[in-house]
Amino acid sequence: MTTAITDGWTMTRRNMTHVVRAPEELILYFSLPIMFVLVFGYVFGSGMQVAGGGNYREFLLPGVFVMTMLYGLGATATGVALDLSRGVVDRFRSMPMARSALMTGRSAADLLRALLEMSTLLVCGLLVGWQWRQGVGKALLAVGLLLLLRIAITWVGIYLALLVRNPDTVGVIVFPAAFPFTAISNVFVSPELMPSVIGTISEWNPLSATVAAIRELFGNPGLGGDSWPAEHAMLLAVLWPVLLIATFAPLAVRRYQRLSR
Amino acid sequence: MTTFEVVAEGLGKRYGPTRALDSFDLTVPAGTVHGLLGPNGAGKTTAVRILTTLLRFDTGRATVAGYDVLRQPDEVRTRIGLTGQYAAVDEILSGRQNLELFGRLFRLGRREARRRADELLERFGLDEAAGRSAGEYSGGMRRRLDLAASLIRTPRVLFLDEPTTGLDPRSRNQVWDLVRGLVADGTTVLLTTQYLEEADQLANRISVIDAGRVVAEGSPDELKAMTGGDRIEVVVRDAAELSHAARLVAPICGAEPELDPEVRRLSVAVVDRVAGLVDVVRALDDAGIAVEDIGLRRATLDEAFLHLTGHRPDDTREPVGAGRKAEVA
Repeated sequence: MTTAITDGWTMTRRNMTHVVRAPEELILYFSLPIMFVLVFGYVFGSGMQVAGGGNYREFLLPGVFVMTMLYGLGATATGVALDLSRGVVDRFRSMPMARSALMTGRSAADLLRALLEMSTLLVCGLLVGWQWRQGVGKALLAVGLLLLLRIAITWVGIYLALLVRNPDTVGVIVFPAAFPFTAISNVFVSPELMPSVIGTISEWNPLSATVAAIRELFGNPGLGGDSWPAEHAMLLAVLWPVLLIATFAPLAVRRYQRLSR
Repeated sequence: MTTFEVVAEGLGKRYGPTRALDSFDLTVPAGTVHGLLGPNGAGKTTAVRILTTLLRFDTGRATVAGYDVLRQPDEVRTRIGLTGQYAAVDEILSGRQNLELFGRLFRLGRREARRRADELLERFGLDEAAGRSAGEYSGGMRRRLDLAASLIRTPRVLFLDEPTTGLDPRSRNQVWDLVRGLVADGTTVLLTTQYLEEADQLANRISVIDAGRVVAEGSPDELKAMTGGDRIEVVVRDAAELSHAARLVAPICGAEPELDPEVRRLSVAVVDRVAGLVDVVRALDDAGIAVEDIGLRRATLDEAFLHLTGHRPDDTREPVGAGRKAEVA
């Protein structure tokens, strides 16, 4: 158990060193949400409505926070796939280290990374006029929900990488796979304003649960109607990620063990 | 008493209908270098992956450094080093960071990991490049770093899977020297290679493997002897005397010489090389046959390999019943 923690921490440090030594990738992942804030907040924003009224940029920012967590999928999956393709995983597996460390190290490093991304985005948000209106306690709770979502997405990413293996393929499929989840959700548009079927899908989207919950915790507009998922956003924002972790973590572990087949 | 550091008995591994390994046997005595020689897809990498605990097998039994590969994988892992065909290092981390990382994972303390990294960097001539990303290293440097990473906890058994594939001759010689040094310090080495020269240079014993099976085993000299061993070659001055010379030589060597009239040469297998040569020289001299050149030639390992497997070692043919998948996986 202690070796699992020590080795997990060693691997976490390794992955963090990657970020320091090769920051280009991090900058790429930063630029995307900032671009979305600018394009949606300032270009499309003037034509956007918020159900129940309110400032669109203030509505948008929680959505962009969640989107950033989702796009972390790309970083996680490519990182793991690169390890697998370079044979460095074989070296790890031929060493007497804890079997779990490769995955826990990845998960922990990605969480630290997400913290870094979150703090940068919070500052960006404040610069464009977004703010938290319910006190620091609830704001921190909102950040907690975002990080919980990120952990869930990390496990999806690890599983995806073990499934696909080829880092180029992973890089190509991640964004097309992830984008619909942000489009058909409450990230950019209130589901009440969508055609009914799409609106319902959007409301049940796991991302929407987190977005709605943190809008509530930050005190931002667009609280989204009286449907069941909208009224139980807080519950779903915990339940969805937990469900994803409970599904994908065992799947990833099984895939990892199957490397020795 | 000889201890065997690597023992494999009847190892079998299938991928669907293809047998990547088929009752594969191997014993490697402590302190020796054993070469696994075979064409691509013969099962060399599969064998190494099984013995280094990376791959499970279907049948048989294997122990490395005295521990059961299947039941005590962690005991095996603490006692082995592995350098594969593809340099398995972290390309973003620097050379030093790589060695420190692997040192930590080998349970060295922080200071000890750093000390060991410095030591290895110097020994492998990488101290000047220690701060650069391994991804920027040349092929030879990367392979040396990979080898250094296998030696953090001086392993009892070192597995080298085609350690010089893709290296230039100079880097290849460096790797060979490093391996010789390790063996002199008591490490047992299992080496796979497609290069006969490499096996000839480094290995005490060689297993020739083809289609997942060991088809021959012995010292390099024994394998060469299997093709008929050494040969005496004689070039006569006058082509007309070639068949006369052949009639004299045949009873001495106990074998029928092969004649090549174009170059006025006869070639014959010989068992007792020096006595045979002396007798041949004397017989030809007594008969007054003018000899332009005479000499002993050892069979090459290349000839032995061709003789044993029916094809050359660097053939990239698709072998029947051997897993491509196994080599790629």
